[in-house]
Amino acid sequence: MYTSISDGIVGAAESGDEREAAFNERLDRSVKVEPNDWMPEPYRKTLVRQISQHAHSEIVGMLPEGNWITRAPSLLRKLILLAKVQDEAGHGLYLYSAAETLDTPRDAMVEALLTGKAKYSSIFNYPTLTWADVGAIGWLVDGAAIINQIPLTRCSYGPYARAMVRICKEESFHQRQGFDVMWKLAHGTPEQHAMAQDALDRWWWPSVMMFGPPDSASPHNEQSMRWKIKLFTNDELRRKFIDQTVPQAEQLGLSIPDPDLRWNDVTQHYDIGAIEWDEFYRVIKGEGPCNRERLQARIDAWDDGAWVRDAALAYADKHAAKETSAA
Amino acid sequence: MSKEWPLWEIFVRSENGLAHKHVGSLHAADSEMAVQNARDLYTRRNEGVSIWVVKSSDIVATDPSQSEALFEPSEDKTYRHATFYHVPEGVKHL
Repeated sequence: MYTSISDGIVGAAESGDEREAAFNERLDRSVKVEPNDWMPEPYRKTLVRQISQHAHSEIVGMLPEGNWITRAPSLLRKLILLAKVQDEAGHGLYLYSAAETLDTPRDAMVEALLTGKAKYSSIFNYPTLTWADVGAIGWLVDGAAIINQIPLTRCSYGPYARAMVRICKEESFHQRQGFDVMWKLAHGTPEQHAMAQDALDRWWWPSVMMFGPPDSASPHNEQSMRWKIKLFTNDELRRKFIDQTVPQAEQLGLSIPDPDLRWNDVTQHYDIGAIEWDEFYRVIKGEGPCNRERLQARIDAWDDGAWVRDAALAYADKHAAKETSAA
Repeated sequence: MSKEWPLWEIFVRSENGLAHKHVGSLHAADSEMAVQNARDLYTRRNEGVSIWVVKSSDIVATDPSQSEALFEPSEDKTYRHATFYHVPEGVKHL
Protein backbone atom coordinates (compact mmCIF):
# COMPACT_ATOMS: atom_id res chain seq x y z
CA MET A 1 0.00 0.00 0.00
CA TYR A 2 1.20 3.50 -0.73
CA THR A 3 2.01 5.88 2.07
CA SER A 4 0.20 9.02 2.98
CA ILE A 5 2.04 12.33 3.24
CA SER A 6 1.10 12.80 6.89
CA ASP A 7 1.62 9.20 7.98
CA GLY A 8 2.56 9.22 11.60
CA ILE A 9 0.85 12.55 12.25
CA VAL A 10 -2.18 12.13 14.45
CA GLY A 11 -5.16 13.58 12.64
CA ALA A 12 -8.07 15.50 14.09
CA ALA A 13 -8.74 14.12 17.54
CA GLU A 14 -12.04 12.44 16.84
CA SER A 15 -13.24 9.71 19.11
CA GLY A 16 -13.97 6.24 17.73
CA ASP A 17 -17.70 6.83 18.00
CA GLU A 18 -17.58 10.09 16.06
CA ARG A 19 -15.49 8.46 13.38
CA GLU A 20 -17.86 5.57 13.11
CA ALA A 21 -20.86 7.88 12.89
CA ALA A 22 -19.13 9.87 10.13
CA PHE A 23 -18.26 6.61 8.36
CA ASN A 24 -21.87 5.41 8.47
CA GLU A 25 -23.15 8.77 7.33
CA ARG A 26 -20.86 8.62 4.27
CA LEU A 27 -22.02 5.07 3.53
CA ASP A 28 -25.63 6.26 3.65
CA ARG A 29 -24.79 8.94 1.10
CA SER A 30 -23.17 6.19 -1.06
CA VAL A 31 -19.73 7.77 -0.82
CA LYS A 32 -17.23 5.00 -1.57
CA VAL A 33 -14.63 4.01 0.97
CA GLU A 34 -11.07 4.21 -0.34
CA PRO A 35 -7.92 2.49 1.02
CA ASN A 36 -6.50 5.23 3.24
CA ASP A 37 -9.87 6.29 4.66
CA TRP A 38 -10.63 5.51 8.26
CA MET A 39 -12.89 2.46 8.59
CA PRO A 40 -14.16 0.39 11.51
CA GLU A 41 -12.00 -2.68 12.16
CA PRO A 42 -14.89 -5.14 11.69
CA TYR A 43 -15.60 -3.58 8.25
CA ARG A 44 -11.95 -4.03 7.29
CA LYS A 45 -11.83 -7.59 8.59
CA THR A 46 -15.07 -8.61 6.91
CA LEU A 47 -13.89 -7.16 3.61
CA VAL A 48 -10.52 -8.91 3.83
CA ARG A 49 -12.29 -12.18 4.50
CA GLN A 50 -14.82 -11.69 1.72
CA ILE A 51 -12.39 -10.44 -0.93
CA SER A 52 -9.61 -12.92 -0.16
CA GLN A 53 -12.00 -15.86 -0.14
CA HIS A 54 -13.36 -14.63 -3.43
CA ALA A 55 -9.77 -14.50 -4.74
CA HIS A 56 -9.06 -18.02 -3.48
CA SER A 57 -12.18 -19.24 -5.28
CA GLU A 58 -10.92 -17.81 -8.56
CA ILE A 59 -7.53 -19.46 -8.12
CA VAL A 60 -8.83 -22.86 -7.00
CA GLY A 61 -11.47 -22.52 -9.72
CA MET A 62 -8.75 -22.86 -12.34
CA LEU A 63 -8.20 -26.49 -11.32
CA PRO A 64 -11.43 -28.26 -12.36
CA GLU A 65 -11.38 -26.68 -15.82
CA GLY A 66 -7.61 -26.84 -16.23
CA ASN A 67 -8.17 -30.57 -16.09
CA TRP A 68 -9.66 -30.41 -19.62
CA ILE A 69 -7.24 -28.07 -21.42
CA THR A 70 -5.14 -30.87 -22.90
CA ARG A 71 -8.23 -32.84 -23.87
CA ALA A 72 -10.41 -30.10 -25.37
CA PRO A 73 -12.23 -31.52 -28.42
CA SER A 74 -10.84 -28.97 -30.92
CA LEU A 75 -8.09 -26.38 -31.22
CA LEU A 76 -10.66 -23.57 -30.96
CA ARG A 77 -12.18 -25.03 -27.79
CA LYS A 78 -8.70 -25.37 -26.38
CA LEU A 79 -7.88 -21.71 -27.10
CA ILE A 80 -11.16 -20.62 -25.55
CA LEU A 81 -10.61 -22.72 -22.43
CA LEU A 82 -7.03 -21.49 -22.07
CA ALA A 83 -8.25 -17.89 -22.28
CA LYS A 84 -10.95 -18.62 -19.74
CA VAL A 85 -8.64 -20.26 -17.23
CA GLN A 86 -6.16 -17.40 -17.71
CA ASP A 87 -8.99 -14.98 -16.91
CA GLU A 88 -9.68 -16.86 -13.66
CA ALA A 89 -6.05 -16.34 -12.67
CA GLY A 90 -6.47 -12.68 -13.54
CA HIS A 91 -9.62 -12.40 -11.43
CA GLY A 92 -7.79 -13.92 -8.49
CA LEU A 93 -4.99 -11.39 -8.90
CA TYR A 94 -7.30 -8.37 -9.21
CA LEU A 95 -9.01 -9.47 -6.01
CA TYR A 96 -5.83 -10.19 -4.05
CA SER A 97 -4.66 -6.67 -5.00
CA ALA A 98 -7.94 -5.20 -3.80
CA ALA A 99 -7.60 -7.04 -0.47
CA GLU A 100 -4.00 -5.88 -0.12
CA THR A 101 -5.19 -2.27 -0.10
CA LEU A 102 -6.66 -3.17 3.30
CA ASP A 103 -3.16 -3.75 4.67
CA THR A 104 -3.18 -7.52 4.43
CA PRO A 105 -0.03 -8.94 2.80
CA ARG A 106 -0.52 -11.30 -0.13
CA ASP A 107 1.51 -14.04 1.50
CA ALA A 108 -0.71 -13.99 4.58
CA MET A 109 -3.74 -14.62 2.40
CA VAL A 110 -2.03 -17.42 0.49
CA GLU A 111 -0.97 -18.98 3.77
CA ALA A 112 -4.54 -18.84 5.06
CA LEU A 113 -5.68 -20.74 1.97
CA LEU A 114 -2.92 -23.35 2.12
CA THR A 115 -3.41 -24.06 5.82
CA GLY A 116 -7.15 -24.43 5.33
CA LYS A 117 -7.90 -21.41 7.51
CA ALA A 118 -9.55 -19.55 4.64
CA LYS A 119 -12.39 -21.01 2.62
CA TYR A 120 -13.09 -20.93 -1.09
CA SER A 121 -16.31 -21.60 -2.98
CA SER A 122 -17.38 -25.18 -2.27
CA ILE A 123 -18.42 -25.69 -5.91
CA PHE A 124 -14.79 -26.26 -6.92
CA ASN A 125 -14.60 -29.38 -4.79
CA TYR A 126 -16.62 -31.27 -7.37
CA PRO A 127 -14.84 -33.21 -10.15
CA THR A 128 -15.00 -32.50 -13.90
CA LEU A 129 -15.71 -35.95 -15.26
CA THR A 130 -16.52 -35.19 -18.91
CA TRP A 131 -16.07 -32.39 -21.45
CA ALA A 132 -19.70 -31.40 -20.85
CA ASP A 133 -18.66 -30.35 -17.33
CA VAL A 134 -16.63 -27.53 -18.88
CA GLY A 135 -19.85 -26.37 -20.54
CA ALA A 136 -21.90 -26.76 -17.37
CA ILE A 137 -19.36 -24.82 -15.29
CA GLY A 138 -19.32 -21.90 -17.71
CA TRP A 139 -23.08 -21.82 -18.06
CA LEU A 140 -24.12 -22.52 -14.45
CA VAL A 141 -21.19 -21.73 -12.17
CA ASP A 142 -20.09 -18.60 -14.00
CA GLY A 143 -23.74 -17.71 -14.52
CA ALA A 144 -24.28 -17.88 -10.77
CA ALA A 145 -21.06 -15.94 -10.18
CA ILE A 146 -22.27 -13.13 -12.45
CA ILE A 147 -25.50 -12.80 -10.48
CA ASN A 148 -23.48 -12.64 -7.28
CA GLN A 149 -20.92 -10.22 -8.64
CA ILE A 150 -22.88 -7.65 -10.64
CA PRO A 151 -24.31 -6.01 -7.47
CA LEU A 152 -20.78 -5.96 -6.02
CA THR A 153 -19.70 -3.52 -8.74
CA ARG A 154 -21.71 -1.03 -6.65
CA CYS A 155 -20.37 -2.11 -3.24
CA SER A 156 -19.03 0.46 -0.79
CA TYR A 157 -15.32 -0.37 -1.02
CA GLY A 158 -13.79 1.34 -4.08
CA PRO A 159 -10.98 -1.10 -4.98
CA TYR A 160 -13.33 -4.10 -4.64
CA ALA A 161 -16.03 -2.44 -6.73
CA ARG A 162 -13.51 -1.55 -9.46
CA ALA A 163 -12.12 -5.09 -9.55
CA MET A 164 -15.67 -6.42 -9.87
CA VAL A 165 -16.38 -4.20 -12.89
CA ARG A 166 -13.44 -5.72 -14.72
CA ILE A 167 -14.35 -9.24 -13.61
CA CYS A 168 -17.99 -8.98 -14.64
CA LYS A 169 -17.03 -7.89 -18.15
CA GLU A 170 -14.94 -11.02 -18.53
CA GLU A 171 -17.44 -13.35 -16.86
CA SER A 172 -20.02 -12.86 -19.59
CA PHE A 173 -17.57 -14.41 -22.06
CA HIS A 174 -17.20 -17.32 -19.63
CA GLN A 175 -20.91 -17.89 -19.35
CA ARG A 176 -21.54 -17.67 -23.07
CA GLN A 177 -18.75 -20.03 -24.05
CA GLY A 178 -20.13 -22.52 -21.50
CA PHE A 179 -23.65 -22.21 -22.87
CA ASP A 180 -22.22 -22.65 -26.37
CA VAL A 181 -20.54 -25.92 -25.34
CA MET A 182 -23.84 -27.12 -23.84
CA TRP A 183 -25.80 -26.04 -26.93
CA LYS A 184 -23.53 -27.97 -29.29
CA LEU A 185 -23.69 -31.09 -27.12
CA ALA A 186 -27.43 -30.83 -26.48
CA HIS A 187 -28.03 -30.60 -30.25
CA GLY A 188 -25.45 -33.24 -31.13
CA THR A 189 -25.64 -37.03 -31.15
CA PRO A 190 -27.82 -38.80 -28.56
CA GLU A 191 -24.63 -39.66 -26.66
CA GLN A 192 -23.57 -36.00 -26.61
CA HIS A 193 -27.03 -34.94 -25.50
CA ALA A 194 -26.89 -37.49 -22.67
CA MET A 195 -23.48 -36.15 -21.68
CA ALA A 196 -24.88 -32.61 -21.44
CA GLN A 197 -27.84 -33.85 -19.37
CA ASP A 198 -25.50 -35.76 -17.06
CA ALA A 199 -23.40 -32.64 -16.49
CA LEU A 200 -26.51 -30.59 -15.70
CA ASP A 201 -27.68 -33.32 -13.31
CA ARG A 202 -24.43 -33.17 -11.38
CA TRP A 203 -23.85 -29.36 -11.41
CA TRP A 204 -27.37 -28.04 -10.85
CA TRP A 205 -27.69 -28.40 -7.08
CA PRO A 206 -24.11 -27.39 -6.25
CA SER A 207 -24.70 -24.27 -8.40
CA VAL A 208 -27.94 -23.48 -6.56
CA MET A 209 -26.01 -23.83 -3.29
CA MET A 210 -23.29 -21.43 -4.46
CA PHE A 211 -25.33 -18.51 -3.13
CA GLY A 212 -24.75 -19.79 0.39
CA PRO A 213 -27.03 -20.83 3.22
CA PRO A 214 -30.66 -19.67 3.31
CA ASP A 215 -31.23 -16.19 4.75
CA SER A 216 -32.67 -17.72 7.89
CA ALA A 217 -29.27 -19.35 8.60
CA SER A 218 -26.88 -16.75 7.20
CA PRO A 219 -25.12 -14.95 10.03
CA HIS A 220 -23.33 -12.24 8.02
CA ASN A 221 -26.23 -10.98 5.93
CA GLU A 222 -27.55 -8.10 8.00
CA GLN A 223 -24.30 -6.35 8.93
CA SER A 224 -22.84 -6.79 5.45
CA MET A 225 -25.92 -5.26 3.91
CA ARG A 226 -25.66 -2.27 6.20
CA TRP A 227 -22.06 -1.85 5.11
CA LYS A 228 -23.08 -2.19 1.46
CA ILE A 229 -20.66 -5.01 0.79
CA LYS A 230 -23.60 -7.29 0.16
CA LEU A 231 -26.54 -5.76 -1.68
CA PHE A 232 -28.97 -8.66 -1.98
CA THR A 233 -29.57 -11.62 0.31
CA ASN A 234 -28.50 -15.16 -0.57
CA ASP A 235 -32.08 -16.22 -1.24
CA GLU A 236 -32.82 -13.21 -3.46
CA LEU A 237 -29.76 -13.93 -5.60
CA ARG A 238 -30.54 -17.65 -5.72
CA ARG A 239 -34.09 -16.94 -6.90
CA LYS A 240 -32.78 -14.68 -9.65
CA PHE A 241 -30.40 -17.41 -10.80
CA ILE A 242 -33.14 -20.02 -10.94
CA ASP A 243 -35.57 -17.71 -12.72
CA GLN A 244 -33.09 -16.93 -15.46
CA THR A 245 -31.56 -20.39 -15.82
CA VAL A 246 -34.64 -22.62 -16.00
CA PRO A 247 -35.81 -21.17 -19.36
CA GLN A 248 -32.27 -21.55 -20.71
CA ALA A 249 -32.33 -25.26 -19.80
CA GLU A 250 -35.64 -25.56 -21.64
CA GLN A 251 -34.10 -23.93 -24.70
CA LEU A 252 -31.25 -26.43 -24.52
CA GLY A 253 -33.79 -29.25 -24.39
CA LEU A 254 -32.37 -30.43 -21.06
CA SER A 255 -34.26 -31.05 -17.85
CA ILE A 256 -33.43 -29.60 -14.46
CA PRO A 257 -32.98 -32.42 -11.93
CA ASP A 258 -35.71 -31.17 -9.58
CA PRO A 259 -39.11 -32.92 -9.70
CA ASP A 260 -40.64 -30.15 -7.57
CA LEU A 261 -39.60 -27.33 -9.87
CA ARG A 262 -42.56 -25.38 -11.22
CA TRP A 263 -43.54 -21.84 -12.13
CA ASN A 264 -45.57 -20.08 -9.46
CA ASP A 265 -48.07 -17.65 -10.97
CA VAL A 266 -48.66 -15.90 -7.66
CA THR A 267 -45.04 -15.15 -6.75
CA GLN A 268 -43.96 -14.87 -10.41
CA HIS A 269 -40.96 -17.03 -9.54
CA TYR A 270 -40.09 -20.71 -9.73
CA ASP A 271 -40.73 -22.90 -6.72
CA ILE A 272 -37.99 -25.44 -6.15
CA GLY A 273 -37.57 -28.63 -4.15
CA ALA A 274 -35.74 -28.84 -0.84
CA ILE A 275 -32.02 -28.08 -0.98
CA GLU A 276 -29.78 -30.66 0.69
CA TRP A 277 -27.89 -28.33 2.96
CA ASP A 278 -26.21 -31.24 4.72
CA GLU A 279 -24.22 -31.83 1.56
CA PHE A 280 -23.26 -28.16 1.37
CA TYR A 281 -21.93 -28.13 4.94
CA ARG A 282 -20.13 -31.45 4.40
CA VAL A 283 -18.29 -30.07 1.37
CA ILE A 284 -17.45 -26.82 3.20
CA LYS A 285 -16.05 -28.84 6.08
CA GLY A 286 -13.67 -30.57 3.69
CA GLU A 287 -15.55 -33.74 2.90
CA GLY A 288 -16.43 -32.99 -0.74
CA PRO A 289 -15.21 -35.27 -3.52
CA CYS A 290 -12.08 -33.21 -4.34
CA ASN A 291 -11.28 -31.01 -1.31
CA ARG A 292 -8.00 -32.72 -0.52
CA GLU A 293 -6.89 -32.88 -4.15
CA ARG A 294 -7.64 -29.17 -4.75
CA LEU A 295 -5.79 -27.98 -1.69
CA GLN A 296 -2.83 -30.27 -2.36
CA ALA A 297 -2.58 -28.89 -5.91
CA ARG A 298 -2.33 -25.35 -4.50
CA ILE A 299 0.22 -26.38 -1.85
CA ASP A 300 2.36 -28.13 -4.47
CA ALA A 301 2.19 -25.13 -6.81
CA TRP A 302 3.28 -22.82 -3.98
CA ASP A 303 6.09 -25.09 -2.75
CA ASP A 304 7.37 -25.99 -6.22
CA GLY A 305 7.42 -22.32 -7.19
CA ALA A 306 9.38 -21.18 -4.15
CA TRP A 307 12.78 -21.43 -5.82
CA VAL A 308 11.50 -19.39 -8.79
CA ARG A 309 10.24 -16.62 -6.52
CA ASP A 310 13.53 -16.60 -4.62
CA ALA A 311 15.65 -16.65 -7.78
CA ALA A 312 13.74 -13.75 -9.35
CA LEU A 313 14.18 -11.69 -6.21
CA ALA A 314 17.89 -12.55 -5.96
CA TYR A 315 18.33 -11.49 -9.59
CA ALA A 316 16.46 -8.22 -9.01
CA ASP A 317 18.49 -7.45 -5.87
CA LYS A 318 21.78 -8.16 -7.65
CA HIS A 319 20.88 -5.85 -10.53
CA ALA A 320 19.69 -3.12 -8.20
CA ALA A 321 23.00 -3.37 -6.30
CA LYS A 322 24.96 -3.13 -9.55
CA GLU A 323 23.07 -0.01 -10.60
CA THR A 324 23.69 1.60 -7.23
CA SER A 325 27.41 0.92 -7.33
CA ALA A 326 27.65 2.15 -10.96
CA ALA A 327 25.88 5.39 -10.06
CA MET B 1 8.49 -18.67 3.68
CA SER B 2 10.35 -16.61 1.07
CA LYS B 3 10.21 -12.85 0.97
CA GLU B 4 7.28 -11.30 -0.86
CA TRP B 5 7.92 -9.58 -4.21
CA PRO B 6 7.36 -5.82 -4.07
CA LEU B 7 3.99 -4.33 -5.02
CA TRP B 8 3.64 -2.17 -8.15
CA GLU B 9 0.84 0.18 -9.18
CA ILE B 10 -0.15 -0.15 -12.82
CA PHE B 11 -1.28 2.65 -15.15
CA VAL B 12 -2.58 1.97 -18.65
CA ARG B 13 -3.11 4.36 -21.58
CA SER B 14 -6.13 2.96 -23.39
CA GLU B 15 -5.39 4.82 -26.62
CA ASN B 16 -3.11 7.56 -27.82
CA GLY B 17 -4.58 10.90 -26.93
CA LEU B 18 -5.74 9.76 -23.49
CA ALA B 19 -3.84 9.88 -20.20
CA HIS B 20 -2.56 6.80 -18.38
CA LYS B 21 -5.11 5.64 -15.83
CA HIS B 22 -4.60 3.62 -12.67
CA VAL B 23 -5.98 0.10 -13.17
CA GLY B 24 -4.73 -1.84 -10.15
CA SER B 25 -1.60 -3.37 -8.73
CA LEU B 26 0.49 -6.52 -8.89
CA HIS B 27 3.61 -8.13 -7.44
CA ALA B 28 6.86 -8.42 -9.41
CA ALA B 29 10.52 -8.88 -8.55
CA ASP B 30 11.65 -5.93 -10.70
CA SER B 31 10.34 -3.28 -13.09
CA GLU B 32 10.84 -5.42 -16.18
CA MET B 33 8.77 -8.23 -14.70
CA ALA B 34 6.17 -5.71 -13.50
CA VAL B 35 5.69 -4.52 -17.10
CA GLN B 36 5.42 -8.09 -18.40
CA ASN B 37 2.94 -9.08 -15.68
CA ALA B 38 0.94 -5.89 -16.22
CA ARG B 39 0.65 -6.70 -19.90
CA ASP B 40 -0.67 -10.20 -19.10
CA LEU B 41 -2.92 -9.10 -16.26
CA TYR B 42 -4.39 -5.79 -17.39
CA THR B 43 -4.32 -5.81 -21.21
CA ARG B 44 -5.70 -9.20 -22.28
CA ARG B 45 -8.44 -7.56 -24.38
CA ASN B 46 -6.95 -4.53 -26.13
CA GLU B 47 -7.30 -2.39 -23.02
CA GLY B 48 -4.15 -0.46 -23.69
CA VAL B 49 -1.35 0.79 -25.91
CA SER B 50 1.08 1.85 -23.17
CA ILE B 51 1.81 0.81 -19.58
CA TRP B 52 3.45 2.61 -16.65
CA VAL B 53 4.54 0.71 -13.56
CA VAL B 54 5.42 2.49 -10.30
CA LYS B 55 6.55 0.89 -7.07
CA SER B 56 3.66 1.34 -4.63
CA SER B 57 6.06 2.40 -1.90
CA ASP B 58 7.21 5.32 -4.12
CA ILE B 59 3.74 6.85 -4.28
CA VAL B 60 3.01 9.61 -1.79
CA ALA B 61 -0.64 10.47 -1.28
CA THR B 62 -2.67 13.08 0.57
CA ASP B 63 -4.14 12.00 3.87
CA PRO B 64 -7.94 11.54 3.73
CA SER B 65 -8.28 13.02 7.23
CA GLN B 66 -6.81 16.26 5.84
CA SER B 67 -9.10 16.43 2.84
CA GLU B 68 -11.38 19.06 4.34
CA ALA B 69 -8.48 21.43 4.89
CA LEU B 70 -7.01 20.69 1.50
CA PHE B 71 -9.99 20.60 -0.78
CA GLU B 72 -12.98 22.28 0.79
CA PRO B 73 -11.74 25.89 0.55
CA SER B 74 -12.28 25.76 -3.21
CA GLU B 75 -15.96 24.88 -2.75
CA ASP B 76 -16.99 28.41 -1.76
CA LYS B 77 -15.02 30.11 -4.53
CA THR B 78 -17.79 29.93 -7.04
CA TYR B 79 -16.44 33.08 -8.74
CA ARG B 80 -13.71 30.82 -10.19
CA HIS B 81 -16.29 29.28 -12.49
CA ALA B 82 -17.68 30.87 -15.63
CA THR B 83 -21.23 29.99 -14.57
CA PHE B 84 -20.91 32.46 -11.63
CA TYR B 85 -21.28 35.43 -13.98
CA HIS B 86 -24.49 36.78 -15.41
CA VAL B 87 -24.34 37.32 -19.13
CA PRO B 88 -26.56 40.27 -20.15
CA GLU B 89 -29.10 39.45 -22.79
CA GLY B 90 -27.89 39.88 -26.34
CA VAL B 91 -24.17 39.71 -25.48
CA LYS B 92 -22.50 37.09 -27.66
CA HIS B 93 -19.20 35.18 -27.78
CA LEU B 94 -18.70 35.33 -24.02
